[in-house]
Amino acid sequence: MHEMSIANSVLEALEKEARRFPQGRIAKVGLRVGELAGVDPGALSFCWEAVVRGTNWEAVELEIEYSPRRHRCERCAREFVVKDFDIACPDCGEAHTVFAGGDELDLAFLEVDEDEPYRVGKEGVERK
Amino acid sequence: MNRIGLERKVLNENDRLAAGLRSRFAASNVLCVNLISSPGAGKTSLLERTLESFDRDARVAVLTGDIQTENDANRLRCYGFPVRQITTRGTCHLDARMVERGLEDWRLTDLDLLLIENVGNLVCPSSYDLGEAAKVVLLSVTEGEDKPLKYPSIFFKSELMVLNKIDLLPYVPFDIAAAEENARRVNPNAEIIRVSCTQKNGIAEWLAWLAARRDRMLSGRTSAV
Repeated sequence: MHEMSIANSVLEALEKEARRFPQGRIAKVGLRVGELAGVDPGALSFCWEAVVRGTNWEAVELEIEYSPRRHRCERCAREFVVKDFDIACPDCGEAHTVFAGGDELDLAFLEVDEDEPYRVGKEGVERK
Repeated sequence: MNRIGLERKVLNENDRLAAGLRSRFAASNVLCVNLISSPGAGKTSLLERTLESFDRDARVAVLTGDIQTENDANRLRCYGFPVRQITTRGTCHLDARMVERGLEDWRLTDLDLLLIENVGNLVCPSSYDLGEAAKVVLLSVTEGEDKPLKYPSIFFKSELMVLNKIDLLPYVPFDIAAAEENARRVNPNAEIIRVSCTQKNGIAEWLAWLAARRDRMLSGRTSAV
């Protein structure tokens, strides 16, 4: 169970990024979590609520986009989603295909409401 | 409402420290291997067999991670090589900062091989890059043969699967062929070595793998993952 550590890393990253938008209120933070990231989206959402409780970030919604494992066929250039660990190309049947994604643990986006600023001082964002 | 794309890693601070470690290891020609398994699969036993196989002048060191106790370091110190325990005090995995601190005053130029024993856990350690050249996952035959399918992340990210406790195969309902097939379904490039740490089977193959992996690192034929 390392989703608490991950949630804290998301919060640290958010605090850093938020300084770029002193005039805005951050409404949502978007993550991309790959099938092979070893991170459980449900547990991460639960931990997110715990780490933001009682902070200025309490109202920030966490949106998690699930990224399935993808492979690319070097013979026919087809990129496809791997289902049930079957990595053969669904088009040409090539058995040896190349990993093309699905291990991400990325901060993908922020949604900023420009009209409702947080108070951002020299010490960073002020917490309650 | 404005949506602003960021496209940065959540763990980019860990990744930055890990990249620093990786370049330090490379600069000193140190092969760093990150050993991962569930608790009790035999990481420390494999390290015992490994260290006892080396000549006294071998340039090897061990960092061993646990939530609590110095037990593993105490088991491993008797072989005369530098061993240091990292106690995480609750954290279920090692991260790059713990490794950086654990290295402390060790001179990497005195080493050829650094073995890191991660906290026993098949999930969390897979997310944290420690700057290693290779992750190695251990699976023991007292676990289920479907472990690679249940914990695909770590089996996908490991170059080698060590199947330990094969001396117990007559006594447990473990389908070794299915376990190997499952590992290859998750990671078609996985290498597999069958080992018994108590009967000392497969240890020579494991040592040969380490030597070949270091040669490959030095010749630069493979890029660090």
